[in-house]
Amino acid sequence: MSTELPLIGDYSTPSTELSGARIGVVTFPGTLDDRDAARAVRAAGAEAVSLWHADTDLQDVDAVVIPGGFSYGDYLRAGAISRFAPMMAKIADAANSEAKLPVLGICNGFQILTESHLLPGSMIKNDHLKFICRDQLLRVENNQTAWTNGFEAGQEITIVLKNQDGQYVADEKVLDELEAENRIAFSYVGWNPNGSRRSIAGISNKAGNVVGLMPHPEHAIEVGFGPDARGTDGLTFFTSVLTHLVGGKK
Amino acid sequence: MSQEVTKEFNIDTVENAAGTPDVELPWAELGLKDNEFAEIVKILGRRPTAAELAMYSVMWSEHCSYKSTKNHLRQFGQKVTDEMKKDLMVGIGENAGVTDLGDGWAVTFKIESHNSPSYVEPYQGAATGIGGIVRDIISMGARPIAVMDPLRFGAIDHEDSQRVVHGVVSGIGGYGNSLGLPNIGGETVFDPIYQGNPLVNALAVGALRHEDLRLANASGVGNKVVLFGARTGGDGIGGASVLASESFDDTKPSKRPAVQVGDPFAEKVLIECCLELFKASLVEGIQDLGAAGISCATSELASNGEGGMQVELTDVLLRDSTLTPGEILMSESQERMMAVVTPENVEAFEAVMAKWNVEYSWLGEVTDTDRLIITWKGEVIVDVDPKTVAHDGPVYDRPYARPEWQDALQADTFKSSQAGKNLPATGEELKAAVLELIASPNMCDKSWITNQYDRYVGGNTALASPDDSGVVRIDESTGLGVAIATDANGRYTYLDPYAGAQLALAESYRNVATSGAIPAAVSDCLNYGSPEDSDVMWQLAEGIRGLSDACMELGVPVTGGNVSLYNQTGDKAIHPTPVVATLGKFDDVARRTPSGWREEADGQAIYLIGSTKDELDGSEFANLRGHLGGLPPKVDLAAEKELGAILINASRDGMIDSAHDLSEGGLAAALSEMVLRFGVGARVALDEIKDRDGIDSFTALFSETQARAVVAVPRSEEVRFNDMTSARGVTVARLGIVDAQSGSLEVQGEFTVSVDELREANEGTMKKYFG
Amino acid sequence: MPRIVVDVMLKPEILDPQGKAIAGALPRLGFTSFEAVRQGKRFELSVDGEVTEEILAQAREAAETLLSNPVIEDVVNVEVVED
Repeated sequence: MSTELPLIGDYSTPSTELSGARIGVVTFPGTLDDRDAARAVRAAGAEAVSLWHADTDLQDVDAVVIPGGFSYGDYLRAGAISRFAPMMAKIADAANSEAKLPVLGICNGFQILTESHLLPGSMIKNDHLKFICRDQLLRVENNQTAWTNGFEAGQEITIVLKNQDGQYVADEKVLDELEAENRIAFSYVGWNPNGSRRSIAGISNKAGNVVGLMPHPEHAIEVGFGPDARGTDGLTFFTSVLTHLVGGKK
Repeated sequence: MSQEVTKEFNIDTVENAAGTPDVELPWAELGLKDNEFAEIVKILGRRPTAAELAMYSVMWSEHCSYKSTKNHLRQFGQKVTDEMKKDLMVGIGENAGVTDLGDGWAVTFKIESHNSPSYVEPYQGAATGIGGIVRDIISMGARPIAVMDPLRFGAIDHEDSQRVVHGVVSGIGGYGNSLGLPNIGGETVFDPIYQGNPLVNALAVGALRHEDLRLANASGVGNKVVLFGARTGGDGIGGASVLASESFDDTKPSKRPAVQVGDPFAEKVLIECCLELFKASLVEGIQDLGAAGISCATSELASNGEGGMQVELTDVLLRDSTLTPGEILMSESQERMMAVVTPENVEAFEAVMAKWNVEYSWLGEVTDTDRLIITWKGEVIVDVDPKTVAHDGPVYDRPYARPEWQDALQADTFKSSQAGKNLPATGEELKAAVLELIASPNMCDKSWITNQYDRYVGGNTALASPDDSGVVRIDESTGLGVAIATDANGRYTYLDPYAGAQLALAESYRNVATSGAIPAAVSDCLNYGSPEDSDVMWQLAEGIRGLSDACMELGVPVTGGNVSLYNQTGDKAIHPTPVVATLGKFDDVARRTPSGWREEADGQAIYLIGSTKDELDGSEFANLRGHLGGLPPKVDLAAEKELGAILINASRDGMIDSAHDLSEGGLAAALSEMVLRFGVGARVALDEIKDRDGIDSFTALFSETQARAVVAVPRSEEVRFNDMTSARGVTVARLGIVDAQSGSLEVQGEFTVSVDELREANEGTMKKYFG
Repeated sequence: MPRIVVDVMLKPEILDPQGKAIAGALPRLGFTSFEAVRQGKRFELSVDGEVTEEILAQAREAAETLLSNPVIEDVVNVEVVED
């Protein structure tokens, strides 16, 4: 059975294959933003490789994106069922291995990473209880990770935020640790859109190869289709990982 | 995949029915009239079995059979020129219409209602409304790519509106967002007339390659019939016939509310599953299960195909094993599809189901007997000619007559009424009126709603609320895409049902052209009261006549739609509210025109295209003063066509950077909205149009004359713009310029209002009432 | 068929916006005696036959590893309910 994403009329921009990098994009039942993540990967110049949740072959990808959506309908808890997928076990192994596979968890992907304990804390319902879709201003707190090295420290970027259960919570000890170890990757600027503790929008693991964030960089990569019809701040996430892969760092 | 049937029923077989003609059947409780029951007996040559009775009762309900409107709806198919049919690949009659976009691409779209369920259970009613329309799109072989939702609620300050608004918006968001479909537009209207009868219309659009087109027919004798998706339970039993054929009335005992509960995850999986089936050409025909569930799917598939089908009902996978055969046939459980598969494809079909973990059961096969035969453990419980169920239902010529009160209503013009006295005249009064207008429930900013919808998923949304239409890209390599706008005005239509329907089309046509797309197809959702009321039936007849005439004049065909009747409480009907959705084509969505100017447009010239007459009847200003009477603005379809052509060409040529059409709220609303779009001010004067059109400032600002738009033209393009419009004989007036420094909208000689003041008025209302 | 009931609640220190909204709605309906509301989840696991100690232990483990997220939730009750 082919694991190809069921794409009708997939007219993707052919990748330039300059770097030859291959980035996996995982699909669970209920995943919604996998095709957008694949588009972002290609726009950055890499090849997007589709990874099916039930498979165990990582196909030698150089990095993995766990995209957003409502995998398994957010049943039980968002990401609670997806975290037990065979593919997630492989990703966790690769992330924790010597190779330190770069992993980016976006929205539901971030939720899956916290449920898997690859990242600390958890997400609960937005404090105002509603789904919110807005162009969100973020501050890049840590530009040393595999996915953020293309940004300046403290840079403010605009990314799309869209979720129902985006309130990041963790106990004080964990929050202090994240701050002390500079593992807060992004914070919300201005009004906190969901009540997240310490305005945390995204975090990384100790090694900096695993990053999770609630907002969606893959929706801010193309002029005319992103925030305010012009924002492309999201593309830097995907070009950063390519820089990381060829050994370039800040 | 059969299962143990744990409950034994006294099955009413065909044989039994033939032998017991005098058995009393509850046909009235199921919504059938005595003449309808008699007709069924005549068709069958015997009394129907309980299962057959269930089938006929749901399929012959107003919602499924269109019995009161069929005669009139024919006009949509009749008033069509060859030119209009040019790009029409699938017309009225299928699950959704399909229009050719060129380059091997096609688009399918449709708008539908889910009104009564949304009053009963707002969240689930609205959610399953989205679910249903999306399944219609999938069943054409398309990937759904966007949704829209025109909504009409009761008074904004009524207690019950809280329940309905919160539920409906959460339901649409909850379901639509979970499917990964961007919500690209819609509208929200508050009017006491909709208090007990909110209107929740849902639109879905899908894209497909020509070769992916699928139709709902069961062809190929010996091909297998399969039901897949969610299990069948007691959802919505009798929903179609019960809710669509009766009104809500406190004095009558209420029927058991038949609410369907949706599972968007199941539908998302169904979408991906179906797309894989289509890609591998594994299904010959496919039908989604909506109103009347299996009754509808089997009778329609059979009726459209070879003519015959054989089904074993105990093979249906159940959630609730206590359901009787009749209930199984009537169930409206969501997220189910029925398909016809060749024997050779069965294995591959099952593999796709296994991959996505979707349950399925093989129910039977296509036959050439011209009969739909349904058995229960081998005994025949349904033996009918499927055409009599699905297509040849009763057709009524409901009597209709112009209401006695229509003349008096039309004579009661706004300016001749008490409400129309002491109109704002001074600058201060006009400013206050503008602020009151843009803060009013119908005109205010609706971000409170649209922020609860995902507009970005898919990465192809080029334009969404609050711009004039929703624009979505279909082909990433060329930019090919579509624009869609939905519009309606119950107030205009109440004053003049013929003109009101035409005005709805004119507005949505104009909105699409304003964004820069070429109007190509129409879908309509006709929301009216009871067809058994001759006043309402007249409104409906006039509306269909008006809309079909206008479609022909504008050259855009109706490709499909929906009728929702009995929207009334007691004998108080809603305003006739025909909602018209127009779809337009874009060669490249990058060309789309936003509805306001950015800072970079500083100094651009602002033009008003079209002349202004004194037309305040039925207007939003009259609404502020509590008045509804007179005649709606005059329809001028030739002018709309001309305006559309100008806006599309100007957009293509780069002659304009922003455009906004005028509709409710007139020039005052249009200018305010253009300023608020990006928060950039302007300096305009009304003198030129006052002199030219012979009107005063108030009329200039608040009249709702049709076929008008405001555009911003770069200085370098002004000569070309003026040449182009004068060559076409179209009136334009240079109102002023974009002023990025001012931070305000200045109407010279009258008033200046700051952007902050405008924003506070416009954005405060929804927050105030809904938090 | 006996059932094992598992109750899961958000940890006390986690703010519960849904519980808060419910607490706000109660007085509007005339229920004024309640100080606060917290919303949790109840799971019912059906067992075919007798509920042994081993099966109960399995339920507890399932509760800790899947039914609850220990980062934000506590398993507050695991009990057998006969029908």
